[in-house]
Amino acid sequence: MEQNVIMNPDGTQEYFVNMGPQHPSTHGVLRLVLTLDGEIIEKVEPHLGYIHRSIEKMCEKDNYRQIIHLTDRMDYLSAHMNNHAVCLAIENGLDVEVPERAVVIRVIMDELTRISSHTLWWGVMGMDLGAITSFLYGFRDHEHITEIFEETCGARLTMNYNVPGGVMFDLHPNFVEKTKAFIADFKKKLPEYDTLLSNNVIFLERTKGVGILTKEMAVSYGVTGPAGRASGFSCDVRKHEPYSAYPNVDFNEILYTEGDTFHRYKARIDEMWESIKIIEQLIDVIPEGDFQAKTRNVIKLPKGEFYQKVETARGELGVFIVSDGKMNPYRMKFRSPGFSNLSALDEMARGGKIADLVATMSTLDLVVPDIDR
Amino acid sequence: MGELETKYKKGAEFPGQVMPAGNGGNILVTKIDELINWSRANSLWPLTFATSCCAIEMMATGASKHDWSRFGTEVARASARQADLIIIAGTIVNKMAPVLKRLYDQMAEPKYVIAMGACAISGGPFYYNSYSVVKGADHVIPVDVYVPGCPPRPEALLHGIMQLQEKIKKSKPILRRGAIEKFEEGF
Amino acid sequence: MTNEEFITIIRNWFPDVEIPEEDSQFLNVFVPKEKILEVAQKLRNDEVTKLDYMFNLTCVDWPEHFQMIYHLKSSEHGHMLVLKVKLENKENPEIETLCHLYRTAELHEREVYDLFGIKFINHPDLRRLLLEDDWIGHPLRKDYVDEINIVSL
Repeated sequence: MEQNVIMNPDGTQEYFVNMGPQHPSTHGVLRLVLTLDGEIIEKVEPHLGYIHRSIEKMCEKDNYRQIIHLTDRMDYLSAHMNNHAVCLAIENGLDVEVPERAVVIRVIMDELTRISSHTLWWGVMGMDLGAITSFLYGFRDHEHITEIFEETCGARLTMNYNVPGGVMFDLHPNFVEKTKAFIADFKKKLPEYDTLLSNNVIFLERTKGVGILTKEMAVSYGVTGPAGRASGFSCDVRKHEPYSAYPNVDFNEILYTEGDTFHRYKARIDEMWESIKIIEQLIDVIPEGDFQAKTRNVIKLPKGEFYQKVETARGELGVFIVSDGKMNPYRMKFRSPGFSNLSALDEMARGGKIADLVATMSTLDLVVPDIDR
Repeated sequence: MGELETKYKKGAEFPGQVMPAGNGGNILVTKIDELINWSRANSLWPLTFATSCCAIEMMATGASKHDWSRFGTEVARASARQADLIIIAGTIVNKMAPVLKRLYDQMAEPKYVIAMGACAISGGPFYYNSYSVVKGADHVIPVDVYVPGCPPRPEALLHGIMQLQEKIKKSKPILRRGAIEKFEEGF
Repeated sequence: MTNEEFITIIRNWFPDVEIPEEDSQFLNVFVPKEKILEVAQKLRNDEVTKLDYMFNLTCVDWPEHFQMIYHLKSSEHGHMLVLKVKLENKENPEIETLCHLYRTAELHEREVYDLFGIKFINHPDLRRLLLEDDWIGHPLRKDYVDEINIVSL
């Protein structure tokens, strides 16, 4: 911006402030240019591209097995679900039947990833609003889950555990008992975490009635995930277009109608309870058998277009593959949930102050490499 | 034969050259150097600069299981003017490179840089076929320690911080004054 | 609503769209370029179809033409549809914007303009999104060549 202040002919002033790419509460390299009138926000304009790594162009030169390793760096907090989406799209194209054991393992890993992403979100949300304690508690549980992943998948963050046809290795012998111990422990801790923030007067003052998103706005802007469901938009892919083992498990879709920051927070806490329910239903009945179906080493999808939707911790991720019969896809497009969630930030933040913007952004749960790809 | 060559021919019989300890090298200055180095190495405060996935492992290093404040990095400052270490965690892209340079220029001397993760070392998994990734953060600013991994474990980052502390302890801040202008007097 | 009912309704309203007989995942409707705004408006506002949630907007660069793809879904009824538009002019591709109907299209169309170079008529703010403002070229086109930045294997 060459000019920081613009004088209007009627005597008012507009003042531009840059919430720059390096900022402790923008969760990554997101640049927001705010137009202010005093401290009231008039317009929020996001400038993207500070982590645009050209993943879609790279996918056109890699073969299908190599693409899976790139996708877990897009939204790295739900890395498992990104891989799951690409593998499902490839398996639908090849008409490969995934064995039962692999299906159940994938869903358990998905739900554990969702819990670890939400605990990290909870920790960072408290830190944004000034409560540094919640950061340490949130990371403690995130570490428990990454230990479980590390034993089975080999890596803590970018797991790369799914392959087209199943999963890469079989489960570690300790997996079932460690997961059960973690769930039993977490069920005692989650009410503590909830009361730590939800009954705190400062937290309630800062989040109730702030950043309201109506249902029509949510549908029009395409806001999915817990942020959209807190406004009443029923968009859970696990219920509407179920994939993998979700038709056989019993869980509720969390819907609220108020659409403010507090209810987006509540929606995520309730989603953690639902994920615990899903894991408890599946952890004891993992079927025996193969963990991977036989596929060729070099995968070639037939000509056509394939779309697969998956519910990640942030919303609906779509993987769109256009194939012309060769080893590499012709065009690969990732419909990322953060991109659409961010576009609604302008409407939600108008009329509030900068501190309200920070609270709203932390409940939208943006991961910026997911937006820029 | 110039003046320089006659002077250096003096120690020519001994293999290697013996330079007299000029430029004030004595026990007092070396002890002060050690004190300065010890205090700098044990209180490195990093800048919160994290672009992508390595950020989570950096936050995990700061959390309670692997704690980096045992090593002196007590708080992570948000402003570049108050930090003395920048840990580049994540990929640097063409659009972000001027921002990184500006942040580095805003830091006060002495400042150190750790490149964490494969993307900051050399472009990482995005080296081939990408049109917007800078192939290594050392194209933009000078780097002291490289920590490999994708992402590196928190223990690896702690090892990197310890290596940086060793490097700082070997430097000579006072003894090396006038390293270029007073080179002929020996050091 | 099933695909057959959709086909009859759409053929009633717009006789000149093409609906090929193929076995694909979603129902594909090929719309001529001039009619895209009209078709989308009718499909969104009518009570029977009510396709008000656009979940994907993208473009594919074929050798002879560009193809714009819009994935639509109804938040009440749950059925899905795909609209496809063929842009023959590869030098100067242009199409009408849908961002007054679907607010999510604003940022998606800016991304398509940035990476492919397609201009959207009547877009409120059409400029580059992901790349720098002075970048030359549109990288996701198949004929994009960049000697300096791209290291190919």
